[in-house]
Amino acid sequence: MSLDPAARSGYADHPPRMGFFTDTSVCIGCKACEVACKEWNGVPEDGLELTGMSYDNTQSLGASTWRHVAFIEQIDHPGQPRWLMASDVCKHCTEAGCLDVCPTGALLRTEFGTVVVQDDVCNGCGNCVAACPFGVIGRRETDGGAHKCTLCYDRIGDGLTPACAKACPTESIQFGPLDELRDRAQARLETLHEAGVAGAQLYGEDPGNGIGGAGAFFLLLDEPEVYGLPPDPVVTTRDLPRMWRHVASAAAALAAAALISGLGGRA
Amino acid sequence: MADRAWLRWPVARQLTGPDKLGRGAATRSRRTDSIAPRIRGADRVVKSVCPYCAVGCAQQVYVRDEQVIQIEGDPDSPVSRGRLCPKGSASLQLTTGAAREYRVRYRRPFGTDWEDLDLEAAMDMIADRVIESRRKGWQQEVDGKPVRRTLGFASLGGATLDNEENYLIKKLFTALGAIQIENQARI
Amino acid sequence: MAEAHPVGFQWVMEAKQRGATVIHVDPRFTRTSAHADVYVPIRAGADIAFVGGIINYVLQHDRYFRDYVLAYTNASAVLSEDFADTEDLDGVFSGLDRELRMYDMETWRYQRSEVRAAAGDRTPLRDRFTPQQLRQVRRAARGEAHGSGGGAVDPVHDADETLQHPRCVFQVLKRHFARYTPELVAEVAGVPEETFLRVCELVTANSGRDRTTTFVYSLGWTQHTVGVQYIRTAAILQSLLGNMGRPGGGILALRGHASIQGSTDIPTLFDLLPGYLPMPHAYGNEDLDTYVAAESLSKGFWADTRNYMVSLLKAWWGDTATAGNDFCYAYLPRLTGSHSTYETVLSQLSGVCTGYFLLGQNPAVGSANARMQRMGMASLDWLVVRDFSMIESATWWRDGPEIETEQMRTEDIKTEVFFLPAAAHTEKNGSFTNTQRMLQWHHAAVEPAGDARSDLWFAYHLGRRIRQKLAASSAETDRDRPVLDLTWDYPVRGPLAEPDAEAVLAEVSGWGADRTPLSSYTELNDDGSTSCGCWIYCGVYAGGVNQAARRTPGGTQDWVAADWGWAWPANRRVLYNRASADPDGRPWSDRKALVWWDQATRRWTGHDVPDFIADRPPDYRPAADARGTEAISGTDAFIMQGDGKAWLFAPAGLVDGPLPVHYEPQESPFSNVLHGQQHNPVREVLTHPLNLYQPSGDEPGSEVFPYVATTYRLTEHHTAGGMSRFLPYLAELQPAFFCEVSPELAAERGLEHAGWATIVTARSAIEARVLVTRRIQPLRMRGRVVHQVGLPWHWGPNGLTTGDAANELVHLALDPNVYIQEDKALACDIRPGRRPRGPALLDLVREYRQRAAITLKTGTDT
Repeated sequence: MSLDPAARSGYADHPPRMGFFTDTSVCIGCKACEVACKEWNGVPEDGLELTGMSYDNTQSLGASTWRHVAFIEQIDHPGQPRWLMASDVCKHCTEAGCLDVCPTGALLRTEFGTVVVQDDVCNGCGNCVAACPFGVIGRRETDGGAHKCTLCYDRIGDGLTPACAKACPTESIQFGPLDELRDRAQARLETLHEAGVAGAQLYGEDPGNGIGGAGAFFLLLDEPEVYGLPPDPVVTTRDLPRMWRHVASAAAALAAAALISGLGGRA
Repeated sequence: MADRAWLRWPVARQLTGPDKLGRGAATRSRRTDSIAPRIRGADRVVKSVCPYCAVGCAQQVYVRDEQVIQIEGDPDSPVSRGRLCPKGSASLQLTTGAAREYRVRYRRPFGTDWEDLDLEAAMDMIADRVIESRRKGWQQEVDGKPVRRTLGFASLGGATLDNEENYLIKKLFTALGAIQIENQARI
Repeated sequence: MAEAHPVGFQWVMEAKQRGATVIHVDPRFTRTSAHADVYVPIRAGADIAFVGGIINYVLQHDRYFRDYVLAYTNASAVLSEDFADTEDLDGVFSGLDRELRMYDMETWRYQRSEVRAAAGDRTPLRDRFTPQQLRQVRRAARGEAHGSGGGAVDPVHDADETLQHPRCVFQVLKRHFARYTPELVAEVAGVPEETFLRVCELVTANSGRDRTTTFVYSLGWTQHTVGVQYIRTAAILQSLLGNMGRPGGGILALRGHASIQGSTDIPTLFDLLPGYLPMPHAYGNEDLDTYVAAESLSKGFWADTRNYMVSLLKAWWGDTATAGNDFCYAYLPRLTGSHSTYETVLSQLSGVCTGYFLLGQNPAVGSANARMQRMGMASLDWLVVRDFSMIESATWWRDGPEIETEQMRTEDIKTEVFFLPAAAHTEKNGSFTNTQRMLQWHHAAVEPAGDARSDLWFAYHLGRRIRQKLAASSAETDRDRPVLDLTWDYPVRGPLAEPDAEAVLAEVSGWGADRTPLSSYTELNDDGSTSCGCWIYCGVYAGGVNQAARRTPGGTQDWVAADWGWAWPANRRVLYNRASADPDGRPWSDRKALVWWDQATRRWTGHDVPDFIADRPPDYRPAADARGTEAISGTDAFIMQGDGKAWLFAPAGLVDGPLPVHYEPQESPFSNVLHGQQHNPVREVLTHPLNLYQPSGDEPGSEVFPYVATTYRLTEHHTAGGMSRFLPYLAELQPAFFCEVSPELAAERGLEHAGWATIVTARSAIEARVLVTRRIQPLRMRGRVVHQVGLPWHWGPNGLTTGDAANELVHLALDPNVYIQEDKALACDIRPGRRPRGPALLDLVREYRQRAAITLKTGTDT
């Protein structure tokens, strides 16, 4: 299967695949990304609960949290005490389970290779929620719909930087063509390794991984589990024949539903 | 147009177009096709400065129909290079959010609740109160030395205000003889 | 810095990636520590010992920048024989009057100099007034006047260029800090010796001709009873290392409000007039001549004080101000001591101050000793609160903590309260001055809605109404002349009659004949021909152009970016940058070039605007009788100082000593290991039943409050929370007031992670959720373990995230130079569980006071 998700999804003449490289080694845990995202996308407040999980009161990604900064205290880390911070986001997978299981076509692959929810199409079935290997997407109680990071689809279509990346004070969140980001990440990784930061590693970037490579990938300073990330995520719909059957039946159901609604509309 | 509208129908697009899986081009809704950043429609972009701390990050304020619709960092700034912290990023909520009060509120002496009060009336009452407190706290001399001042009223605040505002406050209150004029710089 | 100024921290991160070493010193391991190369845990309240230890290291190991020190500091000045150091007098300097809690500074002078005697033909204050009256002058925060300059010294004095004279500043300094050894630093500050020595090595290796080191501080250094001396300690070190006035050097204050620098420059402060001119005092400033004689210096730019003052009086009183009437100098009210915000609270409680404006300020939770603040407000006749939201200072009368404790009943409170909604920065024109002295203009985007108005509108229209009312009244005309004669004719615009902020800026910047805008403070005169509302801002409207609104993109400029905004004075970005060049006017190194003397054009030039007289050659030497700017030699890099030098020893200007000394905070579990003198002897204590202090050190009862508490900010909130606790997007990020404690303290006191704790001082008790974290380390010093309790101070009862205010705990003991309170190092107790409700809260605090045997006198000794 092509590694060019936009072409695979019917965009003949499309822009380069765009993504995020989140370099957690320079994250200062300020959470500007969380706020900038909410301000731009109108995402509602997600609960006022003190978790006791260091300075992380956001807890996880979900319908009303599209950027989430994790805080991990490692004061006993050999050599120097550490306080790891990392801004998590939708991975915009090359092989996206959410997209595969959506029965209504609400989940959409864009011409930038990103994955977005079409709010006007989503019927709130929740299939996508279960299908995401990262627990990114969620259903919002207030409107019943599924929501997640759009990689600021509206902004990048106009050549603007996504809100989180634009706000990020230390360029921990970098936005750009995925190819460029991969090169940059590799260079940064080498710099860190040369500096003796042994645990530094890229996460999600490898096109050979279980999601065909992420459109939003990370440089971590420790193992993914430390950050609450699955170490070896696999797209939940990897069994292709089954998936095809599923898509076919979904398409048929969609056709039938559309016909009915179309008739109703005419009446 | 109407007779070709069916071509927009996702299933038709999926069956007739290159997006055989129905996960991309074929499933796009009309709204998705017309998506645009809300600042594209801004009537003007106004240059501003973040009101929180004293780093002085530059902001761009987007206005449409005389409403602020978005506030972002200004990439031109040699101080902030377009970036904002969480507080600066919350400037839109600060300035347009539900917590802002837009009406004068008045609590009369010994009152148990707020009352409404017209702004003009409030200004007039405050002017009277200043004159009266000034008079009550007036000191022409202290220990035989002329001081020509009042201890009758005080002011606290200024670090969140503009230079021009502080200037008028200091000028007016000093001319009235007030000396208890202070702000967060002391705190 | 990453915590409270994240966007500024991008430059630290960038420097780090280019090889800079970042050292972070803090009682807590913070988001800044997480990105530091070296983290140094320290006991709150012990920084003078720590930085003093580095000074000692520099002096003992000859690591100072000798050429710089000789040329640009007062190291060679010889002190008078009368001076006695803290090393001689067990912790106090010569001249202390314990009864009056005041130093006579005469013995701190340079040999053959007379403090103040040089500036004019006048009798020293001490010969004209009683010590009690002098104390009133001292209590008017005179140390803050002159801003970037020091007090008056005679530029002509004995000096020893070999630095060997036993009474030269260099040798005095060496003896003064000799006991600040690595062992002592460990004993006082809890910093392990090897960590301390690593810092010494890094800082000294990174200072000199080719390299510079910068110090960055915030309120962690200012909010102490010795806060000014904290910064003095850094100033001494940076001067010894040659790091002042040079790129990548300096001591940078990170300020926390958008225009807190501006509100100091154009001061809404009791002790200052615009441009750091002191407010006239009843004693010694009787008329313009005596004021100028007392407050100007004989040498440097403060010699032109009369130009600045007369131009200010012209700005305020226009044509009414003439040479014949002393330019209306008599219109200015006079000080007779401190009238700081804390004395104001006392005067509210005593019924003298009956009206109060709160302009974007929330003392009900945001000022120290918050209960006392609210009690003060409850004693007022009227209160005006101008803010965005219903902050605690607007609502304490209906739901404040004293209603709960039954100390007040709403229906018994007489205070009349006006809440006026304020306009936001997007709704008004104006300038903020940022933390690097740069003015930036923000343009109004929309009109404010409803009754919301700018404070410019409020001040202008309030003044207009008061003037109308007073003009119509037949009584008290003499008293009213100052306000009736005030220039108050600003043009207004638009449907709301908003005053033109640019017209105000133009007045601040100043004009000459025919209202021609001035371009520099050097154009100001003392004959009434110039008008200028703030001399250091002179030129911000040069050419009739709003210089603060300049926005040439940074990417199209060099690294100085001089065409973005406007920095005072004269758009200089680095103060005292003459020191970036050697005495001959050449950069100390190519790598650190900033400004230099161009022999071809015979002018100073460079990347920045030179902070020097543009055509004064390096080899210029003034005549013996030269005065003012003529007396500035070609190597006097510190042009605002009375002797042109950076002061390793401050012979004037500071009320609590010419050198920093480690004293324990007002409340400390430790005695002062260095001296018999426990506290800063001249710290300001406010004796009041609402402001009780705790016993300290070896005093009985101090064991009742065994832990050190310190307050701080979080990235997600802003100051007292008025602009953050009410916003959903910020409230959810830090949704509860918490305290931070180590696992060891949690075990000692039975505190549960994410549970509740009650923190108690002699003022009050508050409750907080508990974060047990290894980021707070117990420190081992003097054979015992000291635990610290971290308290972010953003909370209060209103808003979306609510909680007790840390300021309930804080006492009012003040730095005697600037009257700032000591939030950063307190002593407290902590216990598991929530605090009692209602009157039982007062019982708990009373029980603690009884156990510690606290009286009104406790902790008030000199």
